Amino acid sequence: MEKFITHTGTALPLRRSNVDTDQIIPAVYLKRVTRSGYEDGLFAAWRKDPEFVLNKAEFKAATIVVAGQDFGTGSSREHAVWALQNYGFKVVISSRFADIFRSNSLKGGLLTVILPQESVEALWKAIEANPALALTVSLEDRTVSYDGESLGFELDDYTRWRLMEGLDDIGLTLKQTDSIDAFENVRSKLKPATLPVK
Amino acid sequence: MAGTLAEKIWAEHVVRRVQGEPDLLYIDLHLIHEVTSAQAFDGLRLAGRKVRRPELTIATEDHNTPTQNIDRPIADPVSKLQVDTLRNNCAEFGVRIHSLGDIDQGIVHVVGPQLGLTQPGMTIVCGDSHTSTHGAFGALAFGIGTSEVEHVLATQTLPLVRPKTMAINVEGALPAGVTAKDLILAIIAHIGTGGGQGYVLEYRGSAIRALSMEGRMTVCNMSIEAGARAGLIAPDETTFNYIRGRANAPQDWDAALAYWSTLTSDADATFDREITINAAELAPFVTWGTNPAQGLPLSQNVPDPALIQDPEERGAAQRALDYMDLKAGTPLKKIVIDTVFLGSCTNGRIEDLRVAAAILDGKHIASTLRMLVVPGSARVRLQAEAEGLDKVFIQAGAEWRNAGCSMCLGMNPDQLAPGERSASTSNRNFEGRQGKGGRTHLVSPLVAAATALRGTLSSPADL
Repeated sequence: MEKFITHTGTALPLRRSNVDTDQIIPAVYLKRVTRSGYEDGLFAAWRKDPEFVLNKAEFKAATIVVAGQDFGTGSSREHAVWALQNYGFKVVISSRFADIFRSNSLKGGLLTVILPQESVEALWKAIEANPALALTVSLEDRTVSYDGESLGFELDDYTRWRLMEGLDDIGLTLKQTDSIDAFENVRSKLKPATLPVK
Repeated sequence: MAGTLAEKIWAEHVVRRVQGEPDLLYIDLHLIHEVTSAQAFDGLRLAGRKVRRPELTIATEDHNTPTQNIDRPIADPVSKLQVDTLRNNCAEFGVRIHSLGDIDQGIVHVVGPQLGLTQPGMTIVCGDSHTSTHGAFGALAFGIGTSEVEHVLATQTLPLVRPKTMAINVEGALPAGVTAKDLILAIIAHIGTGGGQGYVLEYRGSAIRALSMEGRMTVCNMSIEAGARAGLIAPDETTFNYIRGRANAPQDWDAALAYWSTLTSDADATFDREITINAAELAPFVTWGTNPAQGLPLSQNVPDPALIQDPEERGAAQRALDYMDLKAGTPLKKIVIDTVFLGSCTNGRIEDLRVAAAILDGKHIASTLRMLVVPGSARVRLQAEAEGLDKVFIQAGAEWRNAGCSMCLGMNPDQLAPGERSASTSNRNFEGRQGKGGRTHLVSPLVAAATALRGTLSSPADL
């Protein structure tokens, strides 16, 4: 996984709440067996509307999404994270994320930043007033900075460390194989098994 | 120390706990399907890793499989490649699979309980958000992304931060004609699509105890629609009777029963949040908008966004009405439906088909609509046929299909056309969920059947 330390870019003001995973990428785009090429499915239905904010020239190069509350609700499809990343987004800011989307994003290196709704509103206004506004998201300092403002956000130390080091979660867990073996040795024999087929 | 059921199950599965790190949690059962697993198996191959415990893993094909002509090759080459990839991966890594045409094929959340693999006290995961369904058995069950699927395949564990717990107490008796589906739609409307975020929900109270296993699965299934990754119900006689005699029911039944009987929240356990709902006040419930919290009792009218105080919610309601092509103030019962979909992991079980068939028996659906009946699994289909339900549906003018996710998410050919409006027993009414430009009203199987007869959103009481 690519390390995430700090990112500076322009932002997309997505003034919608409950942006569900079917909007981020509709199910018909989920049939591929690869992890790349999902950018064409990103917000596919909304992008058909020329007025949709992502279609505006001034936001085409944005790398940070600033969205309404409850971003990523719905399905567990990690394709939603891949679609945002494949398109070029590095960060999503919202006042609340759906649990599974948040977990998927932090596994895959797409930084999801939680800010209070008032800060999101202020950001929307600032971006709309100046689409070229540069935002800096520092994981090191846990801040979002723009225009002399600096907003702190919370992220647990463990996840922050993992993202800043670009570490593979599976590799970390496999270092604990002894603990897993020990657990399995005392695990209840009552639990079912799928094999052999009964 | 007193604990909630979710906390107890969690504690029993902690492999490793270190201050400042997520707990490493052991996973008892991993369910997989074609859409969210291919990239995970690829990851294993790239890293030269194996599936740690193939005997705790099971696969089925459900999301993009056709529900017609299942004896022929899948027509869509992209869908076919995805299904073939799952078959090849299962063969390579030694994972049991129930493919299209197999008697145990079906929607992953119908298959697990049906085989008796879903049992109280387990941790169960699947790359599908409706894994919360299995919580109906007193299991801690939740949806995961593909990176986590790979993690479980490789290690049989997941690093996770322990969620908070919320009690949802439903006291009293549901009125006649009010189902588990109406109950969960009302709960979601009450707490909102984000209200359950960060929590495991525990459904409790006399109305929950009175539900069948099918009803409990419907309730737990839609926990994710309230933002909660998992929802569960303490096991009781209803649970034990459902599992008894199934293929994978425990050999040592008495020992299992003794363990399962300990799986309740302690009387003095504290939940981080508690809400109480009076079952007697509930009525048939339908959605009018484009998220599952935008719902109302069927007897009411399409809401007027102008009357909503919160500007964000007001804007969302207006956008929803525009998308749904509805006018504020229209009685919900006047909404004309083009397609009725009976099926999905929410309402595709035998009991759902029985109650709908009882309403359609000897009658014919409105000439203005089509109705698809898609059993949740091949065995549900066979059971329905043994009871003659297929004939009831066919004589009523409905289409009797093979098992799968079908129109719930429109990944296979079963889709709404742009502008088409459905009454659907599924779980999501998101824009375009059932097909590009399609409009979805979420309903119970009873409302689905009554709507099919009248052509407009209706409950059996309207017949």
